[in-house]
Amino acid sequence: MDRGQWSKIPIHLSLIIGGVAAITPFLWMVSTSLKLPPEALKFPPSLLPHLPQWANYLEAWREAPFARYFLNTIFVSSSVVCSVLFTSALAAFAFSWLEFKGREALFVGFLSMMMVPMVVYLVPSYIILYKLKWLDTYWALIIPWGANVFSIFLLRQHFKTIPRDLYDAAIIDGCSPFGFLWRVVLPLSKAVLVTVALFSLIGSWNSFMWPLVVTNSDKMRVIQVGLANFSQESGTRWTLLMAASTFCVAPLLLVFFFAQKKIISSFARSGLKE
Amino acid sequence: MKVSGYRKRLSPLFYLLPALVIIIAFRLLPILYSFFVSFFEWKLKRGAFVGLGQYKTLLHDPIFWKSLLNTAYFVLGTVPTSLLLSLFFAVLLNQRIRAMGAYRTTFFLPVITSLVAVSMVWKWIYHPRLGLANFLLGLIGIKPLGWLNEPTGIFKLTANSIGLSIPNWLGGPSLALVAIIIMSVWKGLGYNIVLFLAGLQNIPKQLYEAARIDGAGPFRSFRRITWPLLSPTTFYVLLMTTIVSFQVFTQIYLMTGPPVGGPQGTTKVIVYYLFEKGFDAGFDRGYASAIALVLFSIILSLTLLQRKLVERKVHYG
Repeated sequence: MDRGQWSKIPIHLSLIIGGVAAITPFLWMVSTSLKLPPEALKFPPSLLPHLPQWANYLEAWREAPFARYFLNTIFVSSSVVCSVLFTSALAAFAFSWLEFKGREALFVGFLSMMMVPMVVYLVPSYIILYKLKWLDTYWALIIPWGANVFSIFLLRQHFKTIPRDLYDAAIIDGCSPFGFLWRVVLPLSKAVLVTVALFSLIGSWNSFMWPLVVTNSDKMRVIQVGLANFSQESGTRWTLLMAASTFCVAPLLLVFFFAQKKIISSFARSGLKE
Repeated sequence: MKVSGYRKRLSPLFYLLPALVIIIAFRLLPILYSFFVSFFEWKLKRGAFVGLGQYKTLLHDPIFWKSLLNTAYFVLGTVPTSLLLSLFFAVLLNQRIRAMGAYRTTFFLPVITSLVAVSMVWKWIYHPRLGLANFLLGLIGIKPLGWLNEPTGIFKLTANSIGLSIPNWLGGPSLALVAIIIMSVWKGLGYNIVLFLAGLQNIPKQLYEAARIDGAGPFRSFRRITWPLLSPTTFYVLLMTTIVSFQVFTQIYLMTGPPVGGPQGTTKVIVYYLFEKGFDAGFDRGYASAIALVLFSIILSLTLLQRKLVERKVHYG
């Protein structure tokens, strides 16, 4: 190492302290999940399990219908992602390429919806879902989240960067506006579409308060509500609760490890004001 | 010709329709509807029109004020801490260091994991008898704390430990609420770091070169270059963290109690109170709507106020 790197040792030290603080709870979760119950109730605690108890995972999995919770979550999340991609691509196309009266005003109206916190529309949405007889169904989990302003905004910003000449050339060649969207705009927007998909996936997978309120039967529970419910039933059996927590975060962590650059840069971009 | 003109005028509507229907039905309509609901006695079904009655009750509801105070404590504890820590780490990460990506990924882990799972983990960490937190405190010679079970304010706890006595109303947020604050800062830190890092990378490197040639040290160039040019990001982070903190719910719901909001109601926050009134116990949709709208107006006015106060000092571009 040259002198420049040596002088950076205090920086690395601070970052390592921060990094350890960020990761310790996860290590503690996994460590506890592999202990025998008496070992978990020891104080001072052992940092690592004496003998890893992989069977804890199986036991936790069997204690509650986690398979059902997972299937529900996978179904709901993938439906939300598909729906968001579909509705946002169409709307963003209209807002960036089609001319119509009141376009800008309508877009500003859309944007103002972004400012409204979820708790504000939670109670009335519940009443609306009740009247639609959608409570405790997949509809209540999917449809209200099937479109969102932020995704429309992100896609519109990108669609606007596509040169006008392409559109004119496509129309002259007999392409319809929809054909232009499908054959030219979307293939040129893969990166942003992936960003939108990842945001919706993470949001949908991790959402808790909404599914907690709009579902109540065990067969409609998504993984987050199922885990919360399990924590009440498991009581003081911390090894099982930690095992369940681990397998509930595992799928998204896996996605994160494969797409971390993409995910982090998407989140970073979400803060840039245009 | 007439047909095609008709189609041309209608076609944007077809593209907008799917998004428009959902956003009107599940965003715009509910917002307007919540005003309507809040003007009625509305338990399971709509009852008598009470005008501003719900809001009047709210003003005289001590639990509402208490939960507002707890929320304010939470926001004041979370926002500045998160802002300073994330700025600190982002500046360090921006120093062209090795393994920058690995550090960034590590800091980001809590952001994408579910709040439900990490609430479980932190509840276990805070366990008064068996938890990791008390174990670590023990290593540096500090007596075990009650964490989520401790209703005493932290100012009072600190004063007591050095032999002073202060009145309860000056006690500050309970240790239980502070435990939630620590966990919430941990959860959101990585996102703010990434936002700051993006802002820092937009600052032209030549400015620092020039400052160095002019003999400016790292602190001076931070104060004169980084801080002013980073201000749009700082403003955005401040705003978003504030808005999100006001809506804290999941951690409170899963980590405190029983009953939720305990010990002694010191962690009962406004969104939990809304949930309790509207869904969990009261089924009082009218009252819950009134709480939601009051919360909304607080968030909205704080947003506008922050914008007014800060934007004059923000340098764009």
